[in-house]
Amino acid sequence: MHIVVPIKLAPDLVEDLEIDAGGAALDRTFLRLIINEFDDHAIEQAFLLKERGGGQVTIVAPDLEGADDVLYTAAAKGADRLIKLIGDFSAGVNCHALARTLAKVIGDLHPDLVLTGVQAHDDLDGAVGPLLAEHLGMPYLGYVAGLTVSDGKCMARKEYPGGLVAEMDVALPAVFGIQAAEKPPRYVVTSLITQAMKSATIEEIETGEFDSGGAAAVERMSRLEATTHAEMIEGSTDQVADKLVAVLRERGLLAPRG
Amino acid sequence: MSQDIWVVVETLRGAVMDITYTSLAAGRILADGLGIRLVAVLLGHNAEPLAGTLGTADSVIYVDHASLADFTPEAYRRTISGLAKELAPRAILFGHTSMGMDIACGVSLDLNAPLISSCERVKLEDGRPWYSSPTCGGKIIAEGPIPDPVCVLTIVPGGYKPEAVRLPGPKEVVRMAPSAALEGLRITLKKYIEPQAADVDIAKEPMLVAVGRGIQQADNIALAEALAQALGGVVCGSRPVVDQGWLPVPRLVGKSGVSVKPKCYVALGVSGAPEHVEGISGAELIIAINTDPRAPIFNVAHFGTLLSMFDLLPALTEKIRQAPRP
Amino acid sequence: MTTTPTVERPFYDRVMEAVPSGEKLKLCLQCGMCSGICPYGFAMNFPPQSLIAAVRAGDLDPVFESETVWLCVSCFACANVCPAQIPLTSGLMASLKTEMLLRRKVPAELQTALENTRRYGNTLGESPRKRSAWCQSITPAIPLMAQTKEPVDVLWFVGDYASYHPRAVLASQAMARIFQALGIRFGILGPEENSDGDVQYLAGERGLLEILAQKNGKVLRKYKYQEIVTTDPHAYNVIKHEYPGVGVSVPIKHYTQFLAERIEQIKPLLRHEHKAAVTYHDPCAIGRANKNNIFEEPRLVLSAIPGLELVEMAHNRATSICCGGGGGGNWLDGFAWQQTHTRMSEWRIQEALASGAQTLAVACPYEAPRFEDALKSLGAENKLVVKDIAELLADAMSA
Repeated sequence: MHIVVPIKLAPDLVEDLEIDAGGAALDRTFLRLIINEFDDHAIEQAFLLKERGGGQVTIVAPDLEGADDVLYTAAAKGADRLIKLIGDFSAGVNCHALARTLAKVIGDLHPDLVLTGVQAHDDLDGAVGPLLAEHLGMPYLGYVAGLTVSDGKCMARKEYPGGLVAEMDVALPAVFGIQAAEKPPRYVVTSLITQAMKSATIEEIETGEFDSGGAAAVERMSRLEATTHAEMIEGSTDQVADKLVAVLRERGLLAPRG
Repeated sequence: MSQDIWVVVETLRGAVMDITYTSLAAGRILADGLGIRLVAVLLGHNAEPLAGTLGTADSVIYVDHASLADFTPEAYRRTISGLAKELAPRAILFGHTSMGMDIACGVSLDLNAPLISSCERVKLEDGRPWYSSPTCGGKIIAEGPIPDPVCVLTIVPGGYKPEAVRLPGPKEVVRMAPSAALEGLRITLKKYIEPQAADVDIAKEPMLVAVGRGIQQADNIALAEALAQALGGVVCGSRPVVDQGWLPVPRLVGKSGVSVKPKCYVALGVSGAPEHVEGISGAELIIAINTDPRAPIFNVAHFGTLLSMFDLLPALTEKIRQAPRP
Repeated sequence: MTTTPTVERPFYDRVMEAVPSGEKLKLCLQCGMCSGICPYGFAMNFPPQSLIAAVRAGDLDPVFESETVWLCVSCFACANVCPAQIPLTSGLMASLKTEMLLRRKVPAELQTALENTRRYGNTLGESPRKRSAWCQSITPAIPLMAQTKEPVDVLWFVGDYASYHPRAVLASQAMARIFQALGIRFGILGPEENSDGDVQYLAGERGLLEILAQKNGKVLRKYKYQEIVTTDPHAYNVIKHEYPGVGVSVPIKHYTQFLAERIEQIKPLLRHEHKAAVTYHDPCAIGRANKNNIFEEPRLVLSAIPGLELVEMAHNRATSICCGGGGGGNWLDGFAWQQTHTRMSEWRIQEALASGAQTLAVACPYEAPRFEDALKSLGAENKLVVKDIAELLADAMSA
């Protein structure tokens, strides 16, 4: 069984985000990138499947700052193949372009399963998983939090709001959007990553031109300024209580007496 | 060319999901602004009665087929794309949800329609329909025109309140047969698995009273219970309180517990550690009661007081009980 | 049929190679002092003495199953009393924790702290670019070493918590005012500073320590300064004892040592009384850890504050009770609570209250947040004030 996990690098929200001079995109000069957290779960799910049923895990990452780190970390966890897509990703690549590029590479890998994060926090034009499935001609199921593979078929647990889970049978090969791995992503000791950096090989594949068609245009971007401090209510116990009741009443939050 | 605004209705085991009403609210704004009709598209099997709360739409298209009884991506996607090719809507709104996100991309490719994700609000600007989508964890708002002649959007909750548009109706229900073949599906539903029962699901409670370490001892939780009762809500807590065994684990709010999105969150003696704050980012109103002026909870709360909860709570609870209701 | 127990060679070797004097593990006479003095020994399925027996017997699986080693908060109490001088904390326990990490048995909160360190260079997961944000309100501005042209007297290694934690930065701001009042030319590394690596190393992440030490070593070698002073006892301990093994040998002082050396210069500046009984909590990392024995300097500095009456807790100096935050313990509070249903920080607060003190003086950035938390859970917020020595000193200096 061959499991391929394409990953996406998304802006690290620990850093302040800035808008570029054009006003319609993030300023990427100081942008720090981090693996999309759902992709981290997709990687974990791949290893869980491999541990249960054997097979091969291939990780594919775009050539961006942080890609090597992601790939070597995956190698330290037990990835069999590491592929880096070489191309000009520096200006940012939308889901449509990334999915088309990935499809060319992943199609040649003949995977049984493609696992990817169900979404990324900076997706504005769909998600990589379902678009990739289209280009590969495979079925797609998202919001998946658990997979069992047997006899060329896969049973996937799809999550709905409120915790209801639907068990679906999916014919392989297929693409899955992972919401959560069955276990939280594992820790890998630093010394193993250091070792992987010395011993693992990253294959590089040229991507060619990107085709980002299919997304709607962003005409403006703005930063949402968070309120920094609560409005402090001072006074006696009675005064503060009165004010809080007023706040609740103004907002229609006083429950009808019943 | 009908050029209607479509909202694809999400149903789960015989109930219409809230996101559908949120989408209808957004769709209504677009339809009114453009002077066109708002149409709800309902798929199912013997599910026509579900149209009864879709009165915000001018019309409901109902497609009945055994393969549409429950959501599966291929059957739903083929049906929607088939209808859309036939009827040519101006825009199709899905929920940015487990169902909507499975098929919105596919439908957009079928129709060669641009795709807009996680749209929270829509408006008309200079006569053009506009979307605005929070992105990057809500730190950034992206906006732009909704392209014509056809566009697919996924709608996130938060922009519009579902209750306001859950109206009886609709004026008409148009029954249609699936125009696409629904055989040879590669994804089939086997069964549903019920969530593990919890006493209350704090993720769904509109009124929450949270207790933190400042509650000091188990006996004091009664004070919080009294307030919660007056507010018609329930008590939840931060990790130290749950660690102590003063509240059951399903009441834990935060990264390792439950993310909540109540209309009102009253934090009692909660310091506001990042793990906790992460779980309350969806709260509409946060009131923090904490004697520590440096407590980080005040950085996320809307209102705060430094009074001791032990002084304030009896008075506050009583005043809430007595307060005239609108 | 009897089987001869075989020593699990690879692990045994690793422990002995991990630290100097690791081979002393062989000298254990099973006296049990380590288990007796271990604050969580009562709750451990395998207290230190039993761990050594298990290592010798080559029968470690039950140890790893029990997760007992995550109760170790690296307080060095065991290592300090061991008559055979076995490096229990930095050798045996750290190596066993590494094994737990390799077996992926690591409590989630600690995992996050380790991942944060790897990614951001600090345990808190904060932006490295904001490492000097705590001093932006201070005038005159505190120079970053990268901006200084002249050599400085003091390169201040601030540390993670002292740079980011909202409570701990108050002590850092106080320390900055003290340096300024003393006319010291000093600078900080700001974004160039990385976590010192002490707690990560003692939590089993030797590999991470090596990377951090190399990064810090590289910047420390870049600049010219008379001495390095740190406000973080963990930085002191690890830079002094572990960095040389990674090829980074730099002199380091804890700020209480630096202040004690200048006590005569400081005394005339102390204009305000602190009329209270004050007790001092000895941090493990500058106290009994590796026999660092910085016990008297902090007391000397405190005693210089007019009106201050120094009282001692029952456990002090080398017998000080740990706040529970070392060796990863700061991220294992939930785990420790589940296992023991007690908190070490609360024991310490009880002792401080019993000493009759109104103020608890601390000298480690973990401690003010931990002890203030403990005061809250004990409902004793109004009975005791927790202040860093730097805060007490800066208050006494204020005009």
